[in-house]
Amino acid sequence: MNFELAKQRRSAAPHRSMFLRMLIRAAVLRRGRAADALLAMVVAAGVTTAILNLYVDTQTKLREQFRNYGANIVVVAREGEGLPADALQMVRATLPGGSLTVPFGYAVARTSDGRSIVVSGTDFDKVRKLDSWWSVTAWPQKGAESEANAALVGIRAAKVVTPQGRPFDLSFKGRKIHLAPAGTLKTGAAEDNRVYLSLSDFESWTGLQPSTIEIAVSGSAQEVNSTIRDLQRPLPLADVRPVRQIVEGEARVLGKMRSTLLASAVLIILTAALCLLATLTGWVFDRRRDFAIMKALGASAALINGFFAAEAAALGAVGSVLGFALGVGAATWIGRANFHAPVAPRLSVFPVVLAGSILVALLAAIVPISLLQRFQPANILRGE
Amino acid sequence: MFVRLVYESFRRQKRRKLLAGVAVTLGVCVATAMIAVATDIGDKINRELRAIGANLVVTPQEDTLDVEIGGVNLKPPSDGAYLNEADLPKIKGMFWRNNIVGFAPMLPVSVTVAGTNTTLLGTYFAKQIQFGKQDFVTGVRITHPWWRVEGEWPDDGSQNVLLGERLAAKIGSHAGDQIEIAGQHHLISGILSTGGVEDDQIVAPLSLAQQFIGKPGAVRRIYVSALTKPEDAFARRDPASLRGPEYDRWYCSPYPQSIAYQLQEAIPHSHAEQIRQVAQNEGTVLSRIKGLMLLITVAALLASALAVSAAMATAIFERRTEIGLMKALGAGDFPVSALFFAEATLLALISGLVGFLGGALLARQIGRSIFASQITIEPVLLPIILAIAIGVTFAGSALAIRRAVKFDPVYALRGEA
Repeated sequence: MNFELAKQRRSAAPHRSMFLRMLIRAAVLRRGRAADALLAMVVAAGVTTAILNLYVDTQTKLREQFRNYGANIVVVAREGEGLPADALQMVRATLPGGSLTVPFGYAVARTSDGRSIVVSGTDFDKVRKLDSWWSVTAWPQKGAESEANAALVGIRAAKVVTPQGRPFDLSFKGRKIHLAPAGTLKTGAAEDNRVYLSLSDFESWTGLQPSTIEIAVSGSAQEVNSTIRDLQRPLPLADVRPVRQIVEGEARVLGKMRSTLLASAVLIILTAALCLLATLTGWVFDRRRDFAIMKALGASAALINGFFAAEAAALGAVGSVLGFALGVGAATWIGRANFHAPVAPRLSVFPVVLAGSILVALLAAIVPISLLQRFQPANILRGE
Repeated sequence: MFVRLVYESFRRQKRRKLLAGVAVTLGVCVATAMIAVATDIGDKINRELRAIGANLVVTPQEDTLDVEIGGVNLKPPSDGAYLNEADLPKIKGMFWRNNIVGFAPMLPVSVTVAGTNTTLLGTYFAKQIQFGKQDFVTGVRITHPWWRVEGEWPDDGSQNVLLGERLAAKIGSHAGDQIEIAGQHHLISGILSTGGVEDDQIVAPLSLAQQFIGKPGAVRRIYVSALTKPEDAFARRDPASLRGPEYDRWYCSPYPQSIAYQLQEAIPHSHAEQIRQVAQNEGTVLSRIKGLMLLITVAALLASALAVSAAMATAIFERRTEIGLMKALGAGDFPVSALFFAEATLLALISGLVGFLGGALLARQIGRSIFASQITIEPVLLPIILAIAIGVTFAGSALAIRRAVKFDPVYALRGEA
């Protein structure tokens, strides 16, 4: 009855080669064991994908973190000279997208009781992005009329010019300006001693051009250096220099992180590969009876090797595709959880994972097969 | 009988036990190394971040405004208050003294060199200081590691100076030349390159700068490089509003704020402030790196847990005949499972121990080759790792044991899997 049914089904099935059929039926009939092997494959490929993705991407992410330290390049006018009027446009045109450029103009003004104070004109919106560590009680409002002559007063300067937070006067070369403090600024550095106002107010009051442009560019040390060279060319009269303190500190920390990540990646990938090797070897070894029957039926060594190799390769391919999807998901989640920005999936990782998975799977198949080749099929079939 | 079964199983199936044992050892080894690296990475990166420079600055309490543009200080030298150099060693007597990596006093003085007005900055380079019984070395070579000198660093007790590279190019001096500053001749021991305002200045030993303004022991400000903990809401609270245990907790946490507070206590008439650019970002970078390592460690734990359970499952699956025999002889599900669990526990304990030692060695190697310093392994980690190893081995075995026990002994004995 059963036999009839099977015969019927067989004749109904479309004509396929025996080889393919054996491959598919082997996987379908031993669902449990095949699923175990596939699971191991998927997890190994997934972990590898995730770690490779992270290894490539976190360095960029960490580099972005370092941009919070502010400018890594400064353009400074030579002593006694201002920057050319179109310097800012020129700098912005030269820089890659996503860079921040903030102009600063400086002047020494006098307070109403004759004390010297440094006044700086800048672009508040940009400073806020560049120098995120500035602790400001209230930024001067943009757009509204209140922005006119609104000033950000350093916490130490405030004690001198406006202890009660009232509007105050400053003079520069005999020209007076009336300023309303919008908020106080605290950084723990030289900024605490200064009064900041908007660049347009600063220019119309002092008649001075910005003398410094602070620039934050993302990139490796080489990229930063080539940006500096690109900037120096159109600005021969200015000094373009890296903020070494930041650039070197960043390079140092990132270098160590790269090595740590690499060491972790090697360890994890090695563990995953070994786990896979053990599982697959067990799986193939478990099927020594299939092997013996095939051999007893007269299959050549090449055919048997080919069969198990094809099986392993198929497993590796399917496992790595599923694993890749899983790994990309895991990497994205880690990116979001830790850096609040998703890790972009890198398709370039896929061939590596695919080739690696197939290689490990083949290795796992070949070892037990070559071991089994030494035995007589009869012995295996008798369960010895 | 039970003990004998377990013992004989280990004695007779050396190859299989070794295979499973190697898998557990390897898994535990990787897990230990990753946990050790992840717990220590914060401290290591914190030290690396000190390369960005001092994160705290101490100034006189009653100081006048600095009038400084591009590093040129326009404030009259007689103006303003000073700190006392004699108070500096007290920094090493603070509660968090071991977190102070280094400090450097600064005293800028206006001088005229070869017809140019410039600043002479007095500081420590690598000065030997004594506090109580301990000796330590501190100065800009520790707090400002990005400063580079072509030639020699001057000795702190000498009259030699460093010339900033732009100033040197301007007046055409080289290392080894003499320079006249305020009527005195000094040897330029090296040319300094910092990428900052110091490139236009002269940097000299602190005592020399004090001579120029005739104020022995005067210091304008002190840069302190300290290992700190990322600040949180508790750190931002005003110490005056805290009382009792809360105050103690605040005081005894290495927040930038509490270290600044202690610096103020140590140095009379001073005001200590965190340099927000350095101190604030340090916390973010540090927490990102720590978070990343934590997540990667979780991935490593997952991978090794899977390796262990896969190895255990395979080992048990191979022993179906044995299980069938035991069941045919009348053993119930429970004794059979107990036997396998006992074996798994023993295996996990032995391999876990070996793996822990291996992992400790691996972590040390990583620490030495990447950070050039030791990664310490807390002994507390051993029981935790062993517990995890046993747990994972159990979990890995459980499914395979359940499947093996459910299997009909007749099929198992006939070898029809």
